[in-house]
Amino acid sequence: MNKHLRLAREVVVVGAGMSPFGVFPEKDSKDLFVEAFQDMLASVDKGFDPDDIQALYLGNFSNDFFVHQAHWGPIISDAVGLIPKPATRTEGACASSALAFREGVLAIASGLYDLVLVGGVEVMSQRSTEEVAEGLALATVPYEGQVGFTFPGVFGVTASAYFHKYGAGRQHLMDVTIKSHLNGKLNPKAQYQATLAEMMEAKRQKALAKGAPAPQWADEKAFLGDPQANPMVAWPLHLFDCCPISDGAACVLLAPAGIARNFTDHPLYVAGMGQGSGRGLHAKKDLTSFEATQAAAAEAYAMSGLEPGDVQVCEVHDCFSIAEIIHLEDLGFFPPGHGYRAVAEGKTRRDGIKPINTSGGLKCKGHPVGATGVSQVVEIWHQLRGEAGERQVPMQGLRVGATHNLGGTGGTCTFTIFERR
Amino acid sequence: MQDMPFSDSSFQKHLDQGRLMGCRCNSCQELYTPPRPLCPTCRLSRMEWVAMSGKGRLCAFTAITVPPPALKQEGFSRDNPYAVGVVELAEGTRVVARLLGLELSDPDSVALGQPMEVVFIKGGPDGSGDTVLGFQPAAE
Repeated sequence: MNKHLRLAREVVVVGAGMSPFGVFPEKDSKDLFVEAFQDMLASVDKGFDPDDIQALYLGNFSNDFFVHQAHWGPIISDAVGLIPKPATRTEGACASSALAFREGVLAIASGLYDLVLVGGVEVMSQRSTEEVAEGLALATVPYEGQVGFTFPGVFGVTASAYFHKYGAGRQHLMDVTIKSHLNGKLNPKAQYQATLAEMMEAKRQKALAKGAPAPQWADEKAFLGDPQANPMVAWPLHLFDCCPISDGAACVLLAPAGIARNFTDHPLYVAGMGQGSGRGLHAKKDLTSFEATQAAAAEAYAMSGLEPGDVQVCEVHDCFSIAEIIHLEDLGFFPPGHGYRAVAEGKTRRDGIKPINTSGGLKCKGHPVGATGVSQVVEIWHQLRGEAGERQVPMQGLRVGATHNLGGTGGTCTFTIFERR
Repeated sequence: MQDMPFSDSSFQKHLDQGRLMGCRCNSCQELYTPPRPLCPTCRLSRMEWVAMSGKGRLCAFTAITVPPPALKQEGFSRDNPYAVGVVELAEGTRVVARLLGLELSDPDSVALGQPMEVVFIKGGPDGSGDTVLGFQPAAE
């Protein structure tokens, strides 16, 4: 067996775009993907003819359930004028478009294609919160759904095990949330573009306008500890520990490195990529880590020859605050049990040693599940090219970034390392 | 009973009759709950049914206040949460289960590691649905 995986030819990202993420009652998946596509077209420095795109790989988890329409590959392909080229939908729960990205990379690395569009889309907001919970729970393992687990429930259980093992508590989850909002504030595509301090003041003003007594909170943690402002969802997770219900789309353009300069002088190289699979809560060895993430990371680090310390900026799958802490450990950025301390010490802030989720993450940027994996690549594209505007990480010599996407209860995870050369 | 396939369907039939069953691989002796038709280590189908003691300890838990529609119909809500979790059985394997008898109004007080015992919960709003695997704090 070839244990040291490598691509048969190098692959680069030469364009990247996304729609705004949020709740858009008037827009369907086609509308959102067209916005992402147009954003991507504008990002290709030297321009190109979209007729040269040879195939589409599209991540979509469950529009079947959310909007009662399946088979989105050709529908989206038609929306952006790619008929009759091949269009393939990938499904890996919340990691669906990371799988599309991987298929696109493999298709180019194999020599089959020279220009591939990969993307993702999801429209979730047309369903009630309970129905979305049910739809997402389709991606738990069967035993979990049968006894009543929801997605927040799975991560609530995970948080309880993490707290018990390492002595962390709710205040450490709050550190993640506060940081997410500081970043989301600076992302014009994010669903929540406000800091917690701003949201607190808005609630005070709203109460005052109604003539009601204005709530007072000493600081962000007092606000997050107030059950009126931040009700429980799945102990110990509360509303502000959970990503929102979102609509959105994202896409990137892939080419072999050999022709990268036809499109841009600043491509992102896919330095390494990995994908892993994991088991349900009853069968996993450790409730405080995700074996699929660890497998994906090992593969990507080996392929790239890079180590966790080389990754300068990273988007991780913070579907819940506890998840971000665990990913920091599974990806090797901090030792097991130290993730929550790193967040508390500010190491994962934009100006920290390991900036995490500069986009605002799933929590604030939003989580249209099928679009998330590719939207993470869009953020790293902006950061490594120095085009992230107000939220640009201030690090000197920024060269290596990464994306981590998780599907289901850790059943599917990917990790991809990007490099500017 | 040894004739029943080592399937989720059989596992459910056992639950419906008040039995928590696992299976053991006769090749590597590994025990599995729920049962599985193929040993993932040996990749052989030399399983035998094993009746589990129904005793265990609480590994992890949560109290859910936003139920999916089916549990909402059973009356669970923000004001009436339900609990689920992971229980490590005395035999060493784990199961996910509904949890009864925990103090959900003060979830901080729920002690992980506490001894638990199996309970078979009649599912559905009128109790006529599939039995749900449950655990509750063990009687002294």
